[in-house]
Amino acid sequence: MVTTSEARVEAAFEELAVERPLLSKVKEFARKQPLGTFGAVIVLVMVFSALFADFIAPHDPINNSYEHILESYSSTYLLGTDQFGRDILSRIIYGARTALLVGFTAAIIGSVTGLVLGVASAFFGGRFDLLFQRVMDVFMAFPLIILALAVVSIFGTGIQNVIIAITIPFIPRCARVVRSSALAIREIPYIDAARANGFSNARIILRHMVPNVMAPFLIMITAFVGQAILLEASLSYLGLGVQEPVPAWGLMLQGGAEEYAESAPWVAIWPGVAVSLAVFGFNLFGDSVRDTLDPKLRSQ
Amino acid sequence: MSSATASGARARKPAARAAKAKRPAAKKVDWSKAETLISVRGLKMYFPVTEGVLVPKVVAHVKAVDGVDFDIKKGETLGLVGESGCGKTTTGRCILQLEKATGGEIIYDGMNLTTADRKAMRPMRERIQVIFQDPYSSLNPRMKIGEIISEPMMVHKTEPDEAARQERVRELLSVCGLNPKFSDRYPHEMSGGQRQRVGIARALSVKPEFIICDEAVSALDVSIQAQVINLLEDLRDEYNLTYLFIAHDLSVVRHLCHRVAVMYLGNMVELAECDELYDNPMHPYTQALLDAVPIPDPVIEQKRKHQIIKGEIPSPINPPPGCVFHPRCPMAVDACKKNMPEFREIRPGHWVACSEI
Repeated sequence: MVTTSEARVEAAFEELAVERPLLSKVKEFARKQPLGTFGAVIVLVMVFSALFADFIAPHDPINNSYEHILESYSSTYLLGTDQFGRDILSRIIYGARTALLVGFTAAIIGSVTGLVLGVASAFFGGRFDLLFQRVMDVFMAFPLIILALAVVSIFGTGIQNVIIAITIPFIPRCARVVRSSALAIREIPYIDAARANGFSNARIILRHMVPNVMAPFLIMITAFVGQAILLEASLSYLGLGVQEPVPAWGLMLQGGAEEYAESAPWVAIWPGVAVSLAVFGFNLFGDSVRDTLDPKLRSQ
Repeated sequence: MSSATASGARARKPAARAAKAKRPAAKKVDWSKAETLISVRGLKMYFPVTEGVLVPKVVAHVKAVDGVDFDIKKGETLGLVGESGCGKTTTGRCILQLEKATGGEIIYDGMNLTTADRKAMRPMRERIQVIFQDPYSSLNPRMKIGEIISEPMMVHKTEPDEAARQERVRELLSVCGLNPKFSDRYPHEMSGGQRQRVGIARALSVKPEFIICDEAVSALDVSIQAQVINLLEDLRDEYNLTYLFIAHDLSVVRHLCHRVAVMYLGNMVELAECDELYDNPMHPYTQALLDAVPIPDPVIEQKRKHQIIKGEIPSPINPPPGCVFHPRCPMAVDACKKNMPEFREIRPGHWVACSEI
């Protein structure tokens, strides 16, 4: 049965199937996506400082030290101190922990819920889809921050509620994008094949449709992490998010921006830089992930 | 074009074909005594055409299938032919309950599938399987071949044990002419013909008795077509399968089928034993259809007279009154515009829907 040409094709496949080492993949990514690599480095630095904050941070981020209020840059306090004498660098390092915790949790819960709901909406179609999409429209009509504000004012402040507040507006945004991909996938014969075999709806949605909408979904998760970090900072800045003395970038801005903008600018500047860099990093990384996953852009 | 080369390729290898002398023997079976496996009665499938966003209003119906009757006996292969859009695929989808038929009934081994609910349908799905046209889109790109083939066995619990399923996957792959090692591959690592074999293996996994081949070889190139057809033929003989073979390639149908049904615009126009239909087509549409098959000899092909059907196939939203074929029929008379011809048995086993014969 196996001819020589088939054997040759076989051999070619075996070669293709061999996994390239991770390092060469990373190198290729860095060569093709320099900006994305820059973003990835920022993300990695954030993750690193969040994980090892206890070892890196030079000072305690919470303890007040009234001898060192609003001190400028020095060798002890690299980025200066705030109005309570806390080291700004340490608070930024610990702040990464809050930002990433809120960012990742909200982005993952929000987008996974949106993923399942969006695919289900596309799969069932008809009246359910119509109604569900109108409910999503209502949620989408509010800007992210307004919806988050509403949720916080209902549930109250605190890190858990901030996560809920940020998660809820993400659900319809993810569901909408995923639904449009899922609508196309629903018409592909392998879904018919699954239905003709009498597979349950849950199996078709989870095993056959969800894995095939992964590309837009992964892109959205990375974008959502950045947005969630920004939202958390905004809510904290407005006093509706994380509460003192937990180190959080938005909170540091709130404390510093108004009163000390001229006398001690470092109080507000550095947390602002941290927020901007984090969002910038996640967006760059997300963009390059999209480019890498999209085969049409990959060949260029 | 493809059909011509297919038959040409077959003609060049008479020895190989003669070695498989099963076909003529199978053809001599007296089907009138065989048990009927599935019978389709007055099957209708109308798709609504809606207007308006909030309150959809049905403005018309696409009459994809408009009253189709046929029986398939156990072990028989029925060919269903017709041009694109004549409703042959929709007929198959109705049997699979992928579409809820608008009217008529489908009796499978004594059970009416059109009224069966999801739960009642489940054991039937094990017995009725399907092979799709496009080998590229009928396999989930995110699943390995082994998973694709074993999933039906897992869901229908025909092989509850994982190791036994893996063993059966390997067995099925080699039955279908594939390397058992392929079970770890993804569909995109395979060629069209190989994928179609995977589709066949998936259909066979739950040991069905009836397989709907929905243009199962149309998307393959001619040499692969011949291989897959031979495979389908061997499988039929080995597992005593019954096929509904939906196709538009007439030479493929002649090679494989015992009886052939011709559809036009949602209606059945002719149904007869394979050789009877090809040698003695009665309906003007069937005659024209058979006439359109090129003869793989340029000298004869150039000399022979073609009867080409004039005009386009009418819209199934607004099918012509009376006989649906009358606007394009060379034999049409005034009565054809008013009266729907009866689908009647002109000779034993030869059914035609034409009042002028």
